[in-house]
Amino acid sequence: MITARHFVVNIFFHILKVLGIKTKRKGAVTIQYPEEKKELASRHRSLHRLMKREDGKPRCVACMLCVTVCPSECIFVEAAEDPDPEIQKYPAKFLIDLSRCCFCGFCVEACPEDAIRMDTQQIEIAQYSRQDLIYDLEKLLG
Amino acid sequence: MIDILIVFIKIVCALIWFLTLTLYLTWLERKESAVIQDRIGANRASIFGIRIIGLFQPFADAIKMIFKEDFTPAFSRRFLHNLAPFLSFFFVAITISAMPFGDFIHIGGRAIHLQILDYNVGLLFVLAMLSLGIYGIIISGWASNNRFTLIGGMRGAAQLVSYEVALGLSLIGLIMVYPSLKLSEIVHYQGDLLFGVIPKWGILLQPLGFVIFLFAALAETKRVPFDLPEGESEIIGFFTEYSGLKWGLFMMTDFMEIIIVSCLLTTLFFGGWQVPWLATDGFHFPGGAQWLLSHWAVVILQVAAFNIKVFFFCWLQVLIRWTYPRFRYDQLMDMGWKLLIPLSLVNILGTGLVMSI
Repeated sequence: MITARHFVVNIFFHILKVLGIKTKRKGAVTIQYPEEKKELASRHRSLHRLMKREDGKPRCVACMLCVTVCPSECIFVEAAEDPDPEIQKYPAKFLIDLSRCCFCGFCVEACPEDAIRMDTQQIEIAQYSRQDLIYDLEKLLG
Repeated sequence: MIDILIVFIKIVCALIWFLTLTLYLTWLERKESAVIQDRIGANRASIFGIRIIGLFQPFADAIKMIFKEDFTPAFSRRFLHNLAPFLSFFFVAITISAMPFGDFIHIGGRAIHLQILDYNVGLLFVLAMLSLGIYGIIISGWASNNRFTLIGGMRGAAQLVSYEVALGLSLIGLIMVYPSLKLSEIVHYQGDLLFGVIPKWGILLQPLGFVIFLFAALAETKRVPFDLPEGESEIIGFFTEYSGLKWGLFMMTDFMEIIIVSCLLTTLFFGGWQVPWLATDGFHFPGGAQWLLSHWAVVILQVAAFNIKVFFFCWLQVLIRWTYPRFRYDQLMDMGWKLLIPLSLVNILGTGLVMSI
């Protein structure tokens, strides 16, 4: 029977593992999650972050493109005037409501300044309250 | 007085063996299915951070089961509803009393039989008790007072009654070969040698009987290829209205039936506690070679042989459960009435012919 063969083959590899012998093939395909993590692809869309200029100020110019494109309307930006005429505006407030975010990555695509990215590789962002999931400028700049 | 004490100790030991094995059969079922399907299976239950491949899982399950709400629907027949799981549990649990775990042990000039009671009609007793277990199913289906459970209970009764016939008939050939209904004597007969070389096990004398008995016994355990009475997920079975510990009793009954069927297969067809060529004083190989062993070594070898055979058949039944899809109802009935019963009649006829030559 096929299942009996599967059983014998898999138990053989399990026993080899218990005995400490490394084999290419494994007895089970399971990834034991909290202890063992799957490697994320480099293009995986994970938690957002805001990029900084050389002087430490946010790169964002509060152009509102991400706010416009966001399909779940979870980004809120309040603009303020910047004394530097080259920059003109900076975000006084920048909130992302992660409880509504669908991680589509449109904000990253829309941003003309490359100010927002989703490459932190953090996927464990669960919280006990919704309030904790509203990320502000400070948290996003990290 | 001391005789009563000995019987009491034997009952306690047998029940501990039986219930522990039942508990760990749930573990085996989860692990074996996992290994078959390239998974790992339950391995998180731990005591103080120690988790030996999930060996504490049965206890976690049991604790969960005890603390679940035991809900009795308002429309059920309360007394019968409460009685049914205990009936089906009791009739399976009592059959362990007829199983021979080993031969005699001699302690202080007293010969103790490693079997709780050596009935004259041990085989009939076991079959009768397994048949009485049907009452648990019918009563639970009826007392739940729910149309679907009633249909489930009737399906169960129909299936078990059909296969009961094949189960009984397949053993008649065996009783003709080993002229006894005493389970201990059947095991003793299997210690003899066939042509002076191979042990005279039931599988060699009754291969067809073995196959018929295996299928009929699988149907009796009501597990997957034959799980029409229960239908865990798709068709509603007889214990739909049960919860908590009473549901747990039905599940335990299933696992205990596996063990009883394994014990029966071992005792009847695979020589019970007999180790090939092992007599009471040691090994006597066919070539004339001998290897003498002490009394205790022989007893331990015999009990270990019985246990290993039982474990093997438990493993085999779990394997079958995770291999085959469920039969359709007409296939089930066809197999019972049109295949197994004629085959078992042919088996009786063939056995008679061979014996008369």
